[in-house]
Amino acid sequence: MNFKNFTEYLAWLYYQYLLITGIYVLEPWEKSIFNSILFSAIAMVIYTSYVFVPIHLCLTLQLSVMMQNYL
Amino acid sequence: MTESPATKPANGDVCQRVKNGLKPDRNGLLKSLHRCHEQQPKHHCHPEEEEEVHAASHHGSLYNRSFIESFEETPMLVAVLTYMGYGILTIFGYLRDFLRHWKIERCHIAREKEEQKDFVPLYQDFENFYTRNLYMRIRDNWNRPICSVPGAKVDLMERSSRDYNWTFEYTGRVVHDVINLGSYNYLGFAENTGPCADSAAEVTIKYGVGVASTRQEIGNLDRHEEMEKLVAKFLGVESAMAFGMGFATNSMNIPALAGKGCLILSDELNHASLVLGARLSGSTIRVFKHNNMQSLEKLLREAIVHGQPRTHRPWKKILIVVEGIYSMEGSVVRLPEVIALKKRYRAYLYLDEAHSIGALGSRGRGVVDYFGLDPCDVDVMMGTFTKSFGAAGGYIAGKRELIEYLRSHSHSAVYATSMSPPVVEQIITSMKCIMGEDGTTIGLKRVRQLAENTVYFRKRLREMGFIIYGNMDSPVVPMMLYMPAKIGAFGREMLKRNIGVVVVGFPATPIIESRARFCISAAHTKDMLDRALSVISEVGDLLQLKYSRHRIQPSLARPFDNNVYEDIDD
Repeated sequence: MNFKNFTEYLAWLYYQYLLITGIYVLEPWEKSIFNSILFSAIAMVIYTSYVFVPIHLCLTLQLSVMMQNYL
Repeated sequence: MTESPATKPANGDVCQRVKNGLKPDRNGLLKSLHRCHEQQPKHHCHPEEEEEVHAASHHGSLYNRSFIESFEETPMLVAVLTYMGYGILTIFGYLRDFLRHWKIERCHIAREKEEQKDFVPLYQDFENFYTRNLYMRIRDNWNRPICSVPGAKVDLMERSSRDYNWTFEYTGRVVHDVINLGSYNYLGFAENTGPCADSAAEVTIKYGVGVASTRQEIGNLDRHEEMEKLVAKFLGVESAMAFGMGFATNSMNIPALAGKGCLILSDELNHASLVLGARLSGSTIRVFKHNNMQSLEKLLREAIVHGQPRTHRPWKKILIVVEGIYSMEGSVVRLPEVIALKKRYRAYLYLDEAHSIGALGSRGRGVVDYFGLDPCDVDVMMGTFTKSFGAAGGYIAGKRELIEYLRSHSHSAVYATSMSPPVVEQIITSMKCIMGEDGTTIGLKRVRQLAENTVYFRKRLREMGFIIYGNMDSPVVPMMLYMPAKIGAFGREMLKRNIGVVVVGFPATPIIESRARFCISAAHTKDMLDRALSVISEVGDLLQLKYSRHRIQPSLARPFDNNVYEDIDD
């Protein structure tokens, strides 16, 4: 596929997303429900990982340091 | 998932791709019939790295030509995504059903009246979940009215829908010159000019259009008699009879041939008319895997060894029901093997040549001609005039006794109004044209043109990287789409670019194997095919349809596994 510009490429990507998930055939309001559920889920995943992963990493690091000291 | 190394060509003769997880055909029959034949390890089939076996060579045992058929495996990722797509659509279907049930949105489908709510339901509620919630959304791809002769090009009535395909409005405009890749117009006899149309018009003036009686009463015209003689001659059998409807030919004649205490062995992908006929007959039906001779032989053996269930009396008769070209798979029946099996186990053979008559064989005489076999080996030859001959109706041909019997016993012979004279005339003229009896070579040229177009079209599609099912010589070309949204999108995008195609989804195919089906015609010129191919390629890129992971490769040397007869154990 040749694309003239980046927007066209994005449009094509969105089209592929529509086709693969099957929401291409849905009515607009159904599409927006699906999109909002999916994107809010993704946003929540990103947010929780942003909030909790650093803490987990810190704890793991501390634990490993402790273990080393202990040994 | 793949079983490639096991996909051995039997006798070095034939090899076929496995269909999605089915066991590979090993053609036990060939081996069992020709056990004394030496295996010829010179002929190899080379399964490519993963699976697909394309190439097949032959040595003159049963096939007089190479029999190449492929059913490429569904890529795993595509299968997963397809199921996911159906999952999402199903969830939304339930949501819509919920809204309809609580009267939040208007319900367009048929349902019981308020005062009949407590009765036994007339409309099955869940049965048409698919129709209501999936088919309806992409319904604009089907049932589109056309307003010209369905030849190589066709005019469509433009229509639009404001309520997402629940109702349509005609805009009054016409979409002109859409390349027609959907009609079963194999030999291009669907035309409004030329000798066929002229003679049909003449006959209309002489006889009128309606007959208003059955064949047994005052509806038997001289044209009917002539047509039946001609059909018998065309097929090379003793006698033939014609019916006004192809579907009824199957569904009404099988019950006349088989009954209680008979066994019908039916291919799993047989057409609905054959299935209906078999069910109406009241005989026991057993289904063998598609075109799988090992499976058929296993059933035949079991039938003969065990006889009828409980009583163990022998079956009154065993009828094998197969089709010439399977319209959804584009595969050609392994007729030489079926005939060998039928002879070996003394069964009868019912061959439905709906798609193959006219479209296969060097003389256009169907699958029997294609394999160079004797038509007398097939007990009941059935076919339609709807496709290659551009007319309507169906025929049954075979031994004289058989036809005489059917004339008095078949429902569609006794009760159906006889065929309209112009239709009969169209059949006669087109058939004479194919036989060369009109003194021209137009018919023969068309048969050759069709074969050429088919090979060309299939080859090009395959090279482009689409997954194409079926036999290399079959003018029915199924191209896999898989995902439910792509069914709708493909049809719409093609029509936007002025190509009319048929897309097929769930009830007609397995749920994940949605496809587009092209029917090649002799009327297509090379320019049209090229134009269609370039558009298909463009849309294929747009929709990412080029799933195939293989390219055709000539057979390479690879040690041929010499396993001889494997007992059937699945």
